[in-house]
Order: sequence, then C-alpha cells, then structure tokens
Amino acid sequence: MSGTLTIDDQTIPFTDGQTIIEAARTAGVYIPHLCHRPGYTPHGSCKLCTVKVNGRTCSACTFPAAEGQKVVNNSEELQEARLRITQMLFVEGNHFCPTCEKSGNCELQAVGYHLNMLDSHFPHFYAHRKVDASHPDILIDHNRCIFCNLCVRASRESDGKDVFGIAGRGIHKRLIINSPTGQLKDSNISVEDSAVQVCPTGAILVKRTGYKTPIGGRIYDQHPISTIACKKRETDSTG
Amino acid sequence: MTGNDTMKTFLETVLAEADYQPVRLLKILRAVQAQYRHIPATAIDFLSDKLNIPRTQIIAVVEFYSFLHATPQGRYDLLFSDSITDRMQNKESLLAYAAEILKVRVGEVRKDELVSLNNTSCTGMCDQGPAGLVNGYPLPRLDRPKIDTIAALIEQEIPLDDWPAELFQVEETIYKPGLLLTQPFSNGDAIKATFNRGLTETLAEVDLSNLRGRGGAGFKTALKWRTCAIQAATPRYVICNADEGEPGTYKDRMLLNLYADQVFEGMTLCAAIIGSTQGLVYLRAEYLFLYEKLQNVLQNRRDQGLLGTTILGQAGFDFDIEIRMGAGAYICGEASAQIESLEGKPGIPRTKPPNSVICGYLRKPTVVDNVETFFATTHIAIKGGQWFADVGTPQSTGSKLLSISGDCARPGIYEYPFGTRISEILSDCGAEEVMGVQIGGPSGTFISNRELERTLAFEDLSSAGSFMVFNHTRNIFDVVQNFTDFFAHESCGFCAPCRVGTSLLKNQLNKIIDGHGSAVDMEKLSEICMVVKNFSHCGLGETAANPILTTLASYPELYLEQLKRSGFSPGFNLDATLAIARQLTQRDDSGAHLSQQVEN
Ligand SMILES: Cc1cc2nc3c(=O)[nH]c(=O)nc-3n(C[C@H](O)[C@H](O)[C@H](O)COP(=O)(O)O)c2cc1C
Ligand code: SF4
Ligand code: SF4
Ligand code: FES
Ligand code: FES
Repeated sequence: MSGTLTIDDQTIPFTDGQTIIEAARTAGVYIPHLCHRPGYTPHGSCKLCTVKVNGRTCSACTFPAAEGQKVVNNSEELQEARLRITQMLFVEGNHFCPTCEKSGNCELQAVGYHLNMLDSHFPHFYAHRKVDASHPDILIDHNRCIFCNLCVRASRESDGKDVFGIAGRGIHKRLIINSPTGQLKDSNISVEDSAVQVCPTGAILVKRTGYKTPIGGRIYDQHPISTIACKKRETDSTG
Repeated sequence: MTGNDTMKTFLETVLAEADYQPVRLLKILRAVQAQYRHIPATAIDFLSDKLNIPRTQIIAVVEFYSFLHATPQGRYDLLFSDSITDRMQNKESLLAYAAEILKVRVGEVRKDELVSLNNTSCTGMCDQGPAGLVNGYPLPRLDRPKIDTIAALIEQEIPLDDWPAELFQVEETIYKPGLLLTQPFSNGDAIKATFNRGLTETLAEVDLSNLRGRGGAGFKTALKWRTCAIQAATPRYVICNADEGEPGTYKDRMLLNLYADQVFEGMTLCAAIIGSTQGLVYLRAEYLFLYEKLQNVLQNRRDQGLLGTTILGQAGFDFDIEIRMGAGAYICGEASAQIESLEGKPGIPRTKPPNSVICGYLRKPTVVDNVETFFATTHIAIKGGQWFADVGTPQSTGSKLLSISGDCARPGIYEYPFGTRISEILSDCGAEEVMGVQIGGPSGTFISNRELERTLAFEDLSSAGSFMVFNHTRNIFDVVQNFTDFFAHESCGFCAPCRVGTSLLKNQLNKIIDGHGSAVDMEKLSEICMVVKNFSHCGLGETAANPILTTLASYPELYLEQLKRSGFSPGFNLDATLAIARQLTQRDDSGAHLSQQVEN
C-alpha cells in the first residue's frame, strides 16, 4: 500500500510502513529531530519531531504515515515548542559549544540554529557529569549526552553488541557502559562501530581526529540542517 | 564458603524460584535487595550471565525503581510517605523527630548500617496517615510515641516479625457502601452467570452497562475486551493494574484487602471472554502486606476449581493468576510502562500505536484493567448491564469508589453514583471550611470552594479514586509544591519535555513561592506548563502541570500576591499571562481572570 498525505499544504507520497518523518525526508521536507536516524528503530523520546496529524499531536518519527493525513509541521506553535525543548536539552547538560570539538558538526547545535535559538532561556542545571577517557581511541563526555538513545540502538542493531544503556529515572538519567568496571576501555566497543559514529552531539568522540576539519568548514557551517538532513541516506552515519 | 559462594548459592535459589525467567527480574532483584540491602555489582554480573541479559538492563532497572538500591540501605529501612495529606498530619516534624532520635539524616544510612531514613511517594495510607514503611511493610498513623517504640525496636535489633502487630494494623473503613459494595456474592457466581448466559452475551452485557475503566482514562471496557478478543495472535493476557500510585488513592487497597475474590473473578470472566489462560496482577510495592493474603485467596480459588484447568467444569477453560510486585515507581501504573516492568525492564511507556490491547505483554494481545474495573464486571456479569447503566449519568454509568483524605472528620472509602455533587460528598465526609478539593490526585483537578456544585463524572470532574480536602488553614502553595515535586520525582525521564520540564517546573515554582519571582517568571512558568503538557510522551507528562494550571485558574490572585512581594512591574499584563492556564484548563469564567487592578 502507498498513498499521499499533506504536510503544510504540500502533498507528498509515502510507502507502506513508512513513518511520517521518513515520508517527509524522502520528499525533501525537513521535520526537526534529534533521536531519529534512518535505519534504526524509532525511539520517540526527544519530541522535537512533534507534528499535528489531523489535529492530534504526534511524534513524526514513530507515527505511521496514512492516506490523506493532514500534517502540520511548520506552525509557529510547533516551532516555538521545539525551540523550548531544544533549550531544555541545552540546560540539562553542559554544552560549551565554543570549546566543543563537535561544534559545526553537532546536530543539537544545528537544530538550535535552525530554530533561531539565541539563548538558553531556562536556568542551567549545572549537572555533575563526568568524562570517560579510559578507552585508547574513544572519548565519552557525559556532559553532552542528550539521551537520544542512538548509540544504544546502533550498538545493538548495527554492531550486534550491547555496549551502551541508559539508566536512572527522571532528571537523573545517565548513559551507562556495559563493562565490568563501567568504563569504556573494558567494554567490547571498537572504533569502527556504528555506535561511535552515531552520536548527534559531542558526547562520543573519536580521539586524535579533532579539528581535522577547521571550524567554519564543517557540515552545518556550510549548510543548514534542514537541507543536510533530507539528503542523508539510510544508516548513513556521517553526522 | 566464601561470601561470594554464599551469594551464588542464594542467587541460584532465587533464580530457580523465578524459573530463570528474565521477565521476573523485578522479583529476583527484590529478593536480592531484601537479602543484601542493595544489589551488589557481583550479583548484577552473575544474574546477567545466568539470565542472558545485558548488565546494562539490570543496572537500568536497579536505578529506575525507588525500592532497589545500588548501595546498602539500613537493616531497618524506614520510609515516610511524603504526600500532602501526610504533611498536613505533621509528617515533617515526625520525620525530623525520627532522624533525631535514630541519629540518622534523612536520605542517609546510619554509619553502623542499622537504619536508613528517607521520604517516599504516597504509600496509599492516606486515611490513616501520617504513614511509613519499614522494610516494605506499612506503619500507619505514626505519632511520636510510636516513633519512640519503633526506634527502640530498631536499636534493640528486634526482628520485624517480633514487632507488635498493632504497629502494622491497616484499617479499611467504608463509610458509604453503594451499588457494588453492597452486592451479595458467593465465589463462582459471576463465572457461572457468564457461562450460563454465554460469552458473547456477557460481553454484550458489559457493553450495555457502558462501563468505563476506573483507572483514570475512562476507556470503554467492553470495547477493549472485544478488540483483544478478535486479535489473531495468542496467547492473550489479562493484567490487573494494582499499582495505585496516584497520591490519595487507596480504594484498590481496600478492594484487594476485602473483596479480592470479586476482583479475581472479574479477571477470570475477562479471560473467558477474550480467550486467555494467563493473568497477572501488578501489585505496587507499597502493598507488600497484602501479598501473602492474596496468594492464599488464589490458592483457595484453585482448590475451589475457580482457577486452574477446566474451571467450574468448563472443558477447555484454563486460567491462572500470578501476582508480580512492583518496586516503587508511579509510572508503572501507566499500562504500557507496567507491561515493560512485567517484562523485567524499567517502566518506560511504550510508543503508541500499537496499543497494548493489540501488542502488549510479550508483544501479545493484552487487556490491562484497573482493580475496580474487574470488580465492577463481576457484578455486571451477575446482574446484567442495564442494572449498572441505570445508575449514574449517561456518559458515566454506575458508581465510583472514592478514597477520601485530608481535612474532613471521616476519611475513608465512599461509593457514589456518578453525577453526585462535590458538595454532597464533602458534607458526608464531614468537611468544613473548605478552601479547595483535589479531585483525581495530583494528575487531576484542583477546584476552589466556588466550584463545589460541580459533579463527579467523566464529563465533569473525573477521579480514579483520589479525593483530597483542604480547609482554610492550608496554604495552597504547599499543595502545589508537593504535587509538582512528586511529578519531577516520578518522571521516567524517557522524553525530553517531561524529563527536563518537570524539574524546571519544580524550580520555577519554588522561585515564585519563595517570593523571588517577577511577572516574567510567571510567564515562564506557564510556558513550561504548556510544553510539558502538550509535548510529553505519556499521561504523566501530560498531567504534570495540572497542579499549577488548575490552581492558577482557581486562585490567580494568590499567585499574584507572591509576585507583588518582589518588585512587581505594574506595566505587565498578568491576566494575559494566565491565558495559557485558562486555555489548557478550558476555563474562561470570571474566577479564572484577574479582575482587580494591580496597584503598585
Ligand atoms: C502516569 C500514569 C499512572 C497511572 N496509574 C494507574 C494506576 O495506578 N492504576 C490504574 O488502574 N491505572 C493507572 N493508569 C491508567 C492506565 O494507563 C490504564 O489506563 C488503566 O490501567 C486501564 O484500566 P481501566 O480501563 O480499567 O481504567 C495510569 C496512567 C498514567 C498515565
Ligand atoms: S551518547 Fe550520544 S548517541 Fe548516546 S544517548 Fe548520549 S547523545 Fe545519544
Ligand atoms: S511524559 Fe514523563 S513519564 Fe511519560 S514517558 Fe515522558 S518522561 Fe516518561
Ligand atoms: S525525532 Fe521524534 S521524538 Fe526524537
Ligand atoms: S556543540 Fe558541543 S555538544 Fe553540540
């Protein structure tokens, strides 16, 4: 089965089993998102992709596309809320973009630009988070984790491992590592794993690759995320 | 044997009791917690290996549930229920007193590891508060002399079994039995009636009764059962939601304590109708005191041929019920989170579609219903649908159990036909000088004393059972703060708006209550409310802002007063900032507007 639906008055096709966000992406329509990556099981946790489907609030990354749906994506109300949610993610962790190696390649930052985010709006939590530099090739900076769960899924679904998990409740969420010591060096991760590449922020970085591309020449320095995101191929993991 | 070997032997026993099934992870971890007062890392590794699940799953479970701990708790783990009604009964000063005489700080474990002391979310003893728990068992009606007794028992290291029974005495006080609580019943009546009438015909009676789920959402029960019954996939499951975590709710406690047979019978006839062989009861950890009793009721029913194979001689009708305990998490009352929990995982609500009816426990069709819903179906099966539909209002048929707490002379259980006025309920329970009523718990609605002619009904004020009364001596902000803290504490943290938003709400509200808020802060508060309410993943987030929104709509002038204290700018249109609250609570009456001119 396949058919068409409309997003903000634009008619787009979809194929059976597609979610709204995937139908949109295929048609070149950008719906902001952070916890979604084509090819991985949808998660539906960041809520940035929230759209109205026939008047009802839905997550575009999990909601199945269906014939005749009227989807509102670009309304002022939705963009405003997306901005606030993005700001929530910024104040929850500790994001010092100017000193972050991911700057320019970071989806969180790029979504912030897309939504015209000028300040963090909410008071910062100043959470105490750690850095795990134990692994020879990979660095984890927990300060930048937004709990999108992509590394968890990538490790499980693509690498056939179970290196990551998310534990804790509420604001005490934390990323955990599957190893006897809890440190990355004692896990069975390897630098080639998709899980290492998939992180939308600078929470997982490959060591000794920093600043290869100078700031200014990076992905979202060149093009807004709204155009990049639609060009991405399935499980393409280049940010 | 070394300590490690002893632990392994213990874990092997626990694993064997759980049949080595990863879905029983909570049961296993509860046993480990009880034995070692925490879940040791070595146990996590051992269990991960034996159950063949990643250690990350076990750690995630340990960190998710309030009653599981990564570090050792005291041999006597003393918790105080921290609901607003406990606080109104002096809980704060009792807790401080306990800390003082036990020489332990709240939230800490004493150095000798004899005792730990902490707060916990509402334990469902709201009619007999202030209440506590010791090693999971309830201590109702605490006062200073009792705390002295408890402290002495702890210091003398008397085993819990030898503590005076009256310390643990839970009372069930029914002040007003109605339609259902007064029905005569003998075991098997409803099952017999169901088979005599026919399964399809009985489902038609449930349909005719127009019964809607008593757990909060008010979904039509017959529709849920029918949808489940027509699914091709098998096996199908029946789950009784006895998580009862909404503060102020304790009517399921009473039903399981006094009417368990009638609840199990409802599950059994549901099983017959939807074609299920396996039932589960998800019993909240705070109701551990009911566990043995319920096991005995189940065994009795097996002995009477009401559970097991060929129930009441019906060839091919096999059904049994297993009780699974929670481990302290309000979110596990949400049906899909409960299913996750029953599968041995953190209680994180699933993405819908698909609904649990289609893809529930172990991805099979599943009916999850509230305790009271099953109780009602038992009597509908016996008396027929019309009997039930004749009571209440057209949209809300039948009667509703309320568990009343707070400022009233007679806190306890009341059963009312839907459509009853709030004022009538207040007069029955002996409430005077009412400032407001919280209907449906923190996730429900706060109404002021100007709205007491409203009615109990899905179409007006709906409640899963919680009904808290506040008189004029109470500060509304104590209430709002307690509820807002509750949601921040209980948010599962899966989705960004609720995970971050509930904590932001808590901090923002504190700022205003502390008198540090300006008009801009009010606006920010409303804005966070809007994002949390409209963009969260599940019902917890959707309702987490209700305490603020509904009190703001009822008593805007009280919020205004808070702002006046700190350089309120008169140029600001505060009434306009209330627009979000009015819109979200669907109110536009004069009470929800600020009429007075702001004076500088
Ligand atoms: C945060 C949250 C907590 C809930 N807690 C309970 C509960 O303790 N007991 C309950 O029966 N339903 C609870 N529910 C409602 C359930 O999701 C579900 O609707 C209900 O169990 C269905 O049964 P019913 O149709 O018989 O009401 C809760 C829902 C949410 C969102
Ligand atoms: S480390 Fe990165 S990919 Fe993993 S959950 Fe955190 S933000 Fe997402
Ligand atoms: S709304 Fe809150 S409780 Fe519900 S899924 Fe989101 S974080 Fe969890
Ligand atoms: S992209 Fe849909 S919820 Fe995160
Ligand atoms: S810029 Fe550093 S995490 Fe995005």
